Amino acid sequence: MTDTASAAMLEINDLNSFYGESHVLHNVSFHVGRGEVVTLLGRNGAGKTTAMRSILGIVPKRCGSIRLCGKELVGLPRYQIPRLGIGYVPEERGIFASLNVIENLLLPPIIKKGGMELEQIFALFPNLNERASTQGTRLSGGEQQMLAIARVLRTGAELILLDEPTEGLAPVIVDQIELAIRTLKDRGFTILLVEQSFRFASKVADRHYILEEGHVVDMIPNAQLASKRAILNQYLGL
Amino acid sequence: MTTILGVPAQALSGQLLLGLINGSFYAMLSLGLSVIFGMLGIVNMVHGALYMVGAFTAWMMLTYLGISYWGALLIAPLVVGVLGMVIERVFLRYLYEVDHLYGLLLTFGLTLVLESMFRYNYGASGLPYPIPAALRGGNDLGFVYLPTYRGWVVAMSLAVCFGTWYLIERTRLGSYLRAATENAILVEAFGINVPRMIALTYGLGVALAGLAGVMAAPIYQVSPTMGSNLVIVVFAVVVIGGLGSIMGSIVTGICLGLLEGLTKVFYPAASNVAIFIAMAIVLIVKPAGLFGREP
Ligand SMILES: Nc1ncnc2c1ncn2[C@@H]1O[C@H](COP(=O)(O)OP(=O)(O)OP(=O)(O)O)[C@@H](O)[C@H]1O
Ligand SMILES: [Mg+2]
Repeated sequence: MTDTASAAMLEINDLNSFYGESHVLHNVSFHVGRGEVVTLLGRNGAGKTTAMRSILGIVPKRCGSIRLCGKELVGLPRYQIPRLGIGYVPEERGIFASLNVIENLLLPPIIKKGGMELEQIFALFPNLNERASTQGTRLSGGEQQMLAIARVLRTGAELILLDEPTEGLAPVIVDQIELAIRTLKDRGFTILLVEQSFRFASKVADRHYILEEGHVVDMIPNAQLASKRAILNQYLGL
Repeated sequence: MTTILGVPAQALSGQLLLGLINGSFYAMLSLGLSVIFGMLGIVNMVHGALYMVGAFTAWMMLTYLGISYWGALLIAPLVVGVLGMVIERVFLRYLYEVDHLYGLLLTFGLTLVLESMFRYNYGASGLPYPIPAALRGGNDLGFVYLPTYRGWVVAMSLAVCFGTWYLIERTRLGSYLRAATENAILVEAFGINVPRMIALTYGLGVALAGLAGVMAAPIYQVSPTMGSNLVIVVFAVVVIGGLGSIMGSIVTGICLGLLEGLTKVFYPAASNVAIFIAMAIVLIVKPAGLFGREP
């Protein structure tokens, strides 16, 4: 799939983000086309999570431009940003201990028509159905990750931000998550994915942006990944 | 005459009833405090003063407008709730990022302002508020004489407490509230208007105090300091029950009322400090409170 900026679902230009005095993202620009799966790759501390949090406005300070379907997000009240169609799956998963599985699943409000039905979600993640009344944080790590993804599929959000969905999970679970991401792509979801595992990224993504110390230093289409292997290893310090 | 452990049964059941009524007020007030602390991280010292405002609102509505107890039961909590939301929007929302102490100081200051306003206008002595006609009289239950109004207060506060528990623990709206208490930023990142929810939560919490104030008006007299005497005990209840536990606040409130009643019978000299002794023991044995989650 080729990328045309005009069809961009998400378009970020010259984004700068700060935690207090520390300037973490420097003139970051990238875009994600409708229906694309795009990854942000980079070493620990490169600023991948910060980029996602900046989209949602949950960093202390950011400036630049972040557009969703042409609409500027910088300057909007925080709670309005996801309402434009963004679902967030945070790195720490963010399952609520005081809510059971079904309450966790139903927490994010429906923002648009066209989200997945509960049955479809349970078909994708059968474990969740069986454990509906379990306290959220009693699930295994893999189940919590599935719940964190499942939670944003009902809402009608078209852009999903997935922060390291495979971190610390057993290979069988990673396969299940991979399958889920493919299914979501087939259903037309647009996905921005942060990954440490470049092998995993190469299996699901269309394009990859490389972040280094808060700068976007390269963009590699998935098809060129093999030929750029050497330079990529250098970026990621493998 | 029957005696229990050397105490006349009548005296015992009488004091237990009194304890139950006090406990009902403790439960309603500590419930609001606990919900507010959980969500806003504010130690709401002004809770007692808002309870007083609830009682005064009922008294003023009756005196100046001729609105009955039943009207006040509905309107006064609304008035207090709206006043609370104004306080939250004007003052409290600037304090969420800073140390809890600032919230405590600010709400303590508001308490002094509110109490002085009422003392200036109505003096320090109590104003009587009549028991509504439908709730006068009482029944002899054999072991105790139950004034109808007191029975009503206990039943009503139990209903309100369990209604609030149900709202928070069992409904959709309550799940937003619980989630935001845990991680407000993430809840906001799902598109829920957290600032509005915080204002409403504070409004609901203090409306409960306002409602308790109306219910208290016919029992205790309506006076500017009626809340400050109570709020200290209620804070002890919250500490004993454990912050953030709804059921903990309710059960602890009622039990401590009863404990106080029992002390009055068996060792009257200690009745004023019984709750604080209980608090000291709980803090030593289980610092997170009886129902609190260990940090
Ligand atoms: N809350 C914070 N306060 C101050 N600095 C922070 C904060 N969060 C992150 N940082 C700093 O910002 C930089 C980018 O962090 P970020 O979490 O975005 O990296 P990342 O690419 O997601 O890393 P990882 O792969 O470890 O998740 C790091 O140097 C980090 O130390
Ligand atoms: Mg990260």
